[in-house]
Amino acid sequence: MSVDTATVAKIASLSRIKMTDAEVAAMVPELNGILAWVEQLSEVDVTGIEPMTAVIPNTQRLREDVVNADPLTGGNMRDAVLANAPAAEHGFFGVPKVIE
Amino acid sequence: MTDLTDLGIAAIRKGVADGEFSATEVATAFNAAVAEAQGALNAFIVTTPEKALDAAAKVDADRAAGKPLGKMAGVPIGMKDLFATHGVQTTAASKILEGFKPQYESTVSAKLWDAGAGMLGKLNLDQFAMGSSNETSAFGNVISPWRRPNDTAPLAPGGSSGGSSTAVAARIAPAATGTDTGGSIRQPAAFTGIAGIKPTYGRCSRWGVVAFASSLDQAGPMARDVTDCAIMLEVMAGFDPKDSTSLDMPVPAWSANLSGDMKGKKVGIPREYRLDGMDPDVAKSWDDGIAWLKDAGAEIVEISLPHTKYALPAYYIIAPAEASSNLARYDGVRYGLRDLPDGAGLQDMYAATRAAGFGPEVKRRIMIGTYVLSAGFYDAYYTQAQKVRALIARDFTRAFEQVDVILAPTAPSSAFALGEKSADPLEMYLNDVFSVPASLAGLPAMSVPAGLDRSGLPLGLQVIGKAFDEQGVLNAGLALEARAGFTARPEKWW
Repeated sequence: MSVDTATVAKIASLSRIKMTDAEVAAMVPELNGILAWVEQLSEVDVTGIEPMTAVIPNTQRLREDVVNADPLTGGNMRDAVLANAPAAEHGFFGVPKVIE
Repeated sequence: MTDLTDLGIAAIRKGVADGEFSATEVATAFNAAVAEAQGALNAFIVTTPEKALDAAAKVDADRAAGKPLGKMAGVPIGMKDLFATHGVQTTAASKILEGFKPQYESTVSAKLWDAGAGMLGKLNLDQFAMGSSNETSAFGNVISPWRRPNDTAPLAPGGSSGGSSTAVAARIAPAATGTDTGGSIRQPAAFTGIAGIKPTYGRCSRWGVVAFASSLDQAGPMARDVTDCAIMLEVMAGFDPKDSTSLDMPVPAWSANLSGDMKGKKVGIPREYRLDGMDPDVAKSWDDGIAWLKDAGAEIVEISLPHTKYALPAYYIIAPAEASSNLARYDGVRYGLRDLPDGAGLQDMYAATRAAGFGPEVKRRIMIGTYVLSAGFYDAYYTQAQKVRALIARDFTRAFEQVDVILAPTAPSSAFALGEKSADPLEMYLNDVFSVPASLAGLPAMSVPAGLDRSGLPLGLQVIGKAFDEQGVLNAGLALEARAGFTARPEKWW
């Protein structure tokens, strides 16, 4: 499978990465080179093979059902959570207007 | 007195404990070495001499008060800038995180500080750990301390842990943390003549480590020798309830149980790793390694890992797929860079921020990942890659029914010059050909220095072990190290 300019522009949009037409055009051969190379995977016989989901067998754990069981990842951390925000306002993350 | 910067973890720890020198003297010596090298090597993004001195002062005070000292007491280390450090800028070498000061400490770095280590600074790396030469950092290339004879051309320190490898090889840090997604500890260790181990997936907590590909990312130590790696890994490893894939297992006493005696052990030599057109020096160093392990008492067994050639293409679907998902968090809202063009809405802000913040290789991988996960292509690419990954893991499981460890080269060549491979992403990816299979299978693997090639540059040998058998890997590494007698170090030009 290969991609064209329109497809790359769509991928850029899905990825939320703004790209100029020139950048999209430059990316087309790069992605096609990589996609042509990974294409060799299709020759592998995978009949009856389940896709890997966990590389080392492990069990899902649940945390204790307690408020602030771990103070580091619990609540009441508003200021720490907002400390690195580019635009924190009134205790919230500030973003451009989304409702006209 | 010996130059303190010539010492590794075990020697520093012992010297401090015995009162031969103080932790403060050690920190001062390494701080000076870091400052002197920074302009030429660019190994650090941020230096934190005061952190190294504060930790050292605490160790000296504890010793004076007769308190027990930790396993890393008095050892100043470099911290790869992928680990969140409380109040100290953490960037993953990307502009999108410039200025980000975490409000918490990663589990691995916290364990190291608790054990008495101090921080010399945050080490440079490939942006978001995506690269094999340290040329994708937004904070400039790291320059290897190694040079070819009579040639000043700057060489790659390997990647992504290139700041770590350079710092240890240049003796400006006795040890450093690394992370390994497809070879990012082992390949830079091989390029710079140092040792490094990636433990079994889940040994070291990923909590507070900037995520690249979560099913592959593993932290590990990079140090001068195998013993130092064992000591540091003991401190870094351990169960962490804050990481859902953390292994709930005790941490073995790897350093106390080190033994280079390979009697009764079987070492597998995978025939598929012997590539057509293999660099003759790499092939020779592999043969040397086989002879050394035989000399240590091991039996050599030829094995087959039939799906080896598919590991790299599978990796370059799986890792970008996970990256495209993980890196969705960089949106200009919660932390890091925000680019808000005049009159832009929320969606435009996301796109502008990510365009301005991510480097070209990061964008490339996000886009590949987005494509292979998109509707209509998911099964053909992603599901197929995960099936192939299962086959690669099965190859290893079958091989380990016959052998205890596997020996292979770490990388297909010695260090290349900066710029030599950066024009073609595919050529760069091929550098991980020997390291990626163990990553896909989650297995412990380490690189130890084997010797120098015809141009006087280090080559590494890789030992791959069974899941949870870091001891077997370290022991084989020790047997190689004892026989390689690798004492070469870069001549100081910085």
